[in-house]
Amino acid sequence: MTHAVKNVINQALAGLRVLLVLTVITGVLYPVAVWGVSRLPGLRANAEAADTTRVAVARDGERWFQPRPSAATLPASGGSNKGEHNADYDAVIAERRTAVAQREGVSEDRVPEDAVTASASGLDPHISTAYAELQVPRVARANGLTVERVRELVAANTDGRGLGFLGEPGVNVTALNRALDAAG
Amino acid sequence: MSSTVAGLLQVGLLVAALAAAYRPFGDYLARVYTRTTHSRVERVIYRLARVNPDSEQRWGTYALGVLGFSFVGIALLYVLQRVQSVLPFAYDRGNVPPGMAFNTAVSFVTNTNWQSYVPETVMGHTVQLIGLTVQNFVSAAVGMAVAIAVVRGFTRQATDRLGNFWVDLVRGTIRVLLPVAFVFAVVLVALGVAMSFRSGVDVDGQTVAIAPVASQEVIKELGTNGGGVLNANSAHPFENPNGWTNLIEIFLILLIPVSMTRTFGTLVGDRRQGYVLLSVMGALWTAMLAVIWVAEANGLRPLEGKELRFGIPSSALFANATTGTSTGAVNAMHDSFTGLGGGAALLNMLFGEMTPGGVGTGLYSILVMAVIAMFLAGLMVGRTPEYLGKKLGRREVTAAAVSILAMPTVLLLGAGIAAVLPGTQGALNNPGAHGLSEILYAYASASNNNGSAFAGITVTSDWFQASLGVCMALGRFVPIVAVLCLAGALAAQKKVPATAGTLPTTGPLFASLLAGSVVLVAALTFVPALALGPIAEALL
Repeated sequence: MTHAVKNVINQALAGLRVLLVLTVITGVLYPVAVWGVSRLPGLRANAEAADTTRVAVARDGERWFQPRPSAATLPASGGSNKGEHNADYDAVIAERRTAVAQREGVSEDRVPEDAVTASASGLDPHISTAYAELQVPRVARANGLTVERVRELVAANTDGRGLGFLGEPGVNVTALNRALDAAG
Repeated sequence: MSSTVAGLLQVGLLVAALAAAYRPFGDYLARVYTRTTHSRVERVIYRLARVNPDSEQRWGTYALGVLGFSFVGIALLYVLQRVQSVLPFAYDRGNVPPGMAFNTAVSFVTNTNWQSYVPETVMGHTVQLIGLTVQNFVSAAVGMAVAIAVVRGFTRQATDRLGNFWVDLVRGTIRVLLPVAFVFAVVLVALGVAMSFRSGVDVDGQTVAIAPVASQEVIKELGTNGGGVLNANSAHPFENPNGWTNLIEIFLILLIPVSMTRTFGTLVGDRRQGYVLLSVMGALWTAMLAVIWVAEANGLRPLEGKELRFGIPSSALFANATTGTSTGAVNAMHDSFTGLGGGAALLNMLFGEMTPGGVGTGLYSILVMAVIAMFLAGLMVGRTPEYLGKKLGRREVTAAAVSILAMPTVLLLGAGIAAVLPGTQGALNNPGAHGLSEILYAYASASNNNGSAFAGITVTSDWFQASLGVCMALGRFVPIVAVLCLAGALAAQKKVPATAGTLPTTGPLFASLLAGSVVLVAALTFVPALALGPIAEALL
């Protein structure tokens, strides 16, 4: 065996041994340590997504606030990946606009953008305050609640920006529908 | 507060946080790679792995170490995926098919983290942890090690030794990545990121997949890897639930690439040498952020493929950070971006990932570009160029040129062949110019080890799995071998003293020359392709 070939094999074998040791450290000990800390009270609920209000899926029926359209194939997440000059997708958006307008009994020009576009994850928990407001009369009627009461629930489940400027505000649909459950 | 003002404040806070970390963290990195003593944990690792940490390697042996380590990494990760069904926490996600397993193995070992698979239905928790998470760490540590070896080429003289790859690899992992990752993983859980070994959670009657996210989420950003634990990546509320986590993840993406310019300045004994690199990176990064932000704010469907909690500014900021650093994580679907916004994300990659580039790779890539820039300047005045006291002769410039040319070569060949193959049309998710952009973006992402995608394209055919895998491997390892060869040539030289004829490499003249070279090389190489894809689209 030439010196060069031997050198190659030696380096690869050393690489294998180093990789195995680092696998134990970064692939076993590290995630187990993070998991262990995540069992602490206060963290556990986050780690297990216990209240599940971080994501939204559509609930059928007049009673519920509807989240944004989803391109996800559950249990997986995902977006539509449609470009802005895609005529087929323009038609899909137009259909959605018509459907939302009919459902809420309003003209199509009142349907906000987030009501007809798919989110990136397909699980976006938020809708705009405009889209929530659009749904308030229908939801109030279907739940036998006053419009004012439903508006209160919307306000109580609206998330602001972190520190006042991180991210964008939105109404958490899952939390809002849970609140409707409790109120109804 | 308007969305624009809030976004600007957010950028301000990000820059302030990076500025605060810059000196201490950059200098800490410099100490990590120069200390002669080993910690107790490290000594145990060296003993178990039977490597001698006190011997130094020539550039060829250093490169063989990188290649050997990466090769066994690919082999091991491939096997792990192929036997997934017998591993715990697989949840009926069977053995990964061969083409997909090959592509994924190359992808994670090369720090690309291109994903041809849907994690929620393909990848079980065990492979995610002992396979993918491990490569998230070590591929980043390899990048840093190579960067440090290149810096040693400039700082050392009259030697054929560049350091010990195993020591650089272990130190980067144990002293840098691991502690930072652990702290921020806990922070992310506290802010709402998931860390669960279950397969899914019930949400109003439907199952949404969950995973041990937080531990991989952190290193995915910190190591500029980018592979999502879940399909929607950092757009998924379990990976990135709110404005806080979003900003932290962007900070982690930029922390090491930005700070390494300080490390560089400290190691070469002239911090201004590092600042000038940072100024070039920062200027190009800021310009590209402005383009993406304005383009997305004025799109036809600005919210398509974006999460409401991030909106335009936080999505544009994330997109610019992830494509400027070879990370590839996304918090919005780039495929749904405007022609101009998506084109700018693409151009960030085509710059060769140096604004500020990946962990380690960004530093050595811009140093190679600096060599090219000085060579061009030398041609203009007709004298042998120097950089940091080292002459840039034939061997140095050849190595730099090989390093620079590898990426465009494999990118354009791959994309060109893909564009004419009969099956490609059916793999695209969008018609017209945007379809070509999807192909271009895929090969740019693979060849630059970025990993983000215009994700509508279906890349599960044998052609895409194999060709993108080859692009990732050549885009990673040809430049690495070339820059280590460059480092070897530089280290062998004695330093030449600066004279009146030496072009200073700390002022605005050099900065302009360097920035111009970055833009010019990308423009000369890619304008024809860009004109048919994103530029055509932006003009529609």
